[in-house]
Amino acid sequence: MIRRETDFVRVTPPLTDEEVLELKAGDPVRITGILFTGRDAAHKRLNELIKEGKPLPVDLKGQIIYYVGPTPPKPGQVIGSAGPTTAGRMDSTTEPLLRMGLKGAIGKGERGAAMREAFKKYRAVYFGAIGGSGAYLAKRITGQEVVAYPELGTEAIRRLTVEDFPVVVINDAHGVDFYEEGRRKYAVK
Amino acid sequence: MRTLAAADVTRAIRELYMTANYEVREDYRQALEKAQKTEVSPLGRQILGTMLENYKIASTERSPMCQDTGFPVVFVEMGQDLHVDGDLKEAIQEGLRQGTKQGFLRGSLVRDPLSRAPNTGDNTPGVIHFDLVPGEKLKIDVIAKGGGSENKSRLYMLKPNDGIDGIKNAVRETVSLAGPDACPPFVVGVGVGGTFDKCAELAKKALMRTIGSANKDAAADKLEKELEGELNKLGVGPQGMGGSTTAVAVFIETYPVHIASFPVAVNIQCNANRHKGTVL
Repeated sequence: MIRRETDFVRVTPPLTDEEVLELKAGDPVRITGILFTGRDAAHKRLNELIKEGKPLPVDLKGQIIYYVGPTPPKPGQVIGSAGPTTAGRMDSTTEPLLRMGLKGAIGKGERGAAMREAFKKYRAVYFGAIGGSGAYLAKRITGQEVVAYPELGTEAIRRLTVEDFPVVVINDAHGVDFYEEGRRKYAVK
Repeated sequence: MRTLAAADVTRAIRELYMTANYEVREDYRQALEKAQKTEVSPLGRQILGTMLENYKIASTERSPMCQDTGFPVVFVEMGQDLHVDGDLKEAIQEGLRQGTKQGFLRGSLVRDPLSRAPNTGDNTPGVIHFDLVPGEKLKIDVIAKGGGSENKSRLYMLKPNDGIDGIKNAVRETVSLAGPDACPPFVVGVGVGGTFDKCAELAKKALMRTIGSANKDAAADKLEKELEGELNKLGVGPQGMGGSTTAVAVFIETYPVHIASFPVAVNIQCNANRHKGTVL
């Protein structure tokens, strides 16, 4: 579900193709609902399962994956610090997940040219969160549960419940890149 | 000759490593506050505000400011008239181990880079740089270095005639390629001279200088200011979403160099700027 408010777009997964197409690079977004976490190691495993035609431990259809490896929670905390990791490391393992219906990814940093095409082709979107702000972002996470690969520790797949989780659309499904646009706009010749 | 118990070193390292993760460097925090007034992008100003809010939450709640609690890099200056009673190296690693456990830090190191397993679980072994100096004190600095910005750092083996322009191009190129991936606003540490290995160490060491302090070398000081101005024209901005605050400082460290060589290392520091030091 997506809803355009005055200052931001409210997003609640699962997302449809039509909803994804409404999101534009540069849109400030607040996500409320469910996110799945996964970084390098989880992506590698999911890719292997897809290659072997085996079922995945989570249904990715319409969902958003958050590239994060949180710190251990202190007593009383839902989750430890939980900011985004560099998304480019997942470039080579993202397309198979898009084929399985994944509609969004959250990270920080640039995606390669091939990924921009993939987001267009599969009607998916890449959101950027503020790197380094792990303590701040953890405040927007109200629940977490490990749903696959507990042995991977911080790299396990978690199901997070988030409220007003702040991100910005970086790569939309129309091929626009907000990092590139921002840099062009503010570069001084 | 003075004697220092190894346990005292462990205790100090533990506290420095934990505190560095909770409290951003004060000079860097002030630089971001200042940048909030000069940043031309409204979104950029908002992002700087979020970063400052993050530091406040982290220090109030004693929570790591970033989930990547860093590769611990420890600089030790040991007075040659000091005797440490016990195993100094092990005392340092034990401090990092205790800091990781007691401070709820994330284990971010794997034992074997070839198999990429297992996670050591306690952020050891940290990288330790030892130096021997006159006196009987022990000066220690702990940096918690994030992987995202370290990944975007580079070493160039330039030619002597590449000159000052060569340094400028190397720094500009590195920062431009680092962009949003390395979580700007940056502090940029530049090593010039020495050998392949020494040059990289200089760049890391440069990151420890206090923002606003002048370089003792007038020519290097001038170059730092020119570079800072040029980097802020790139348009990268806070978290790479566009703006005029890409780097809040450029620090250069130099060392004598071979007549045939001109190494330049560029070490990027992200907005989770974590560094604490003490003297025992």
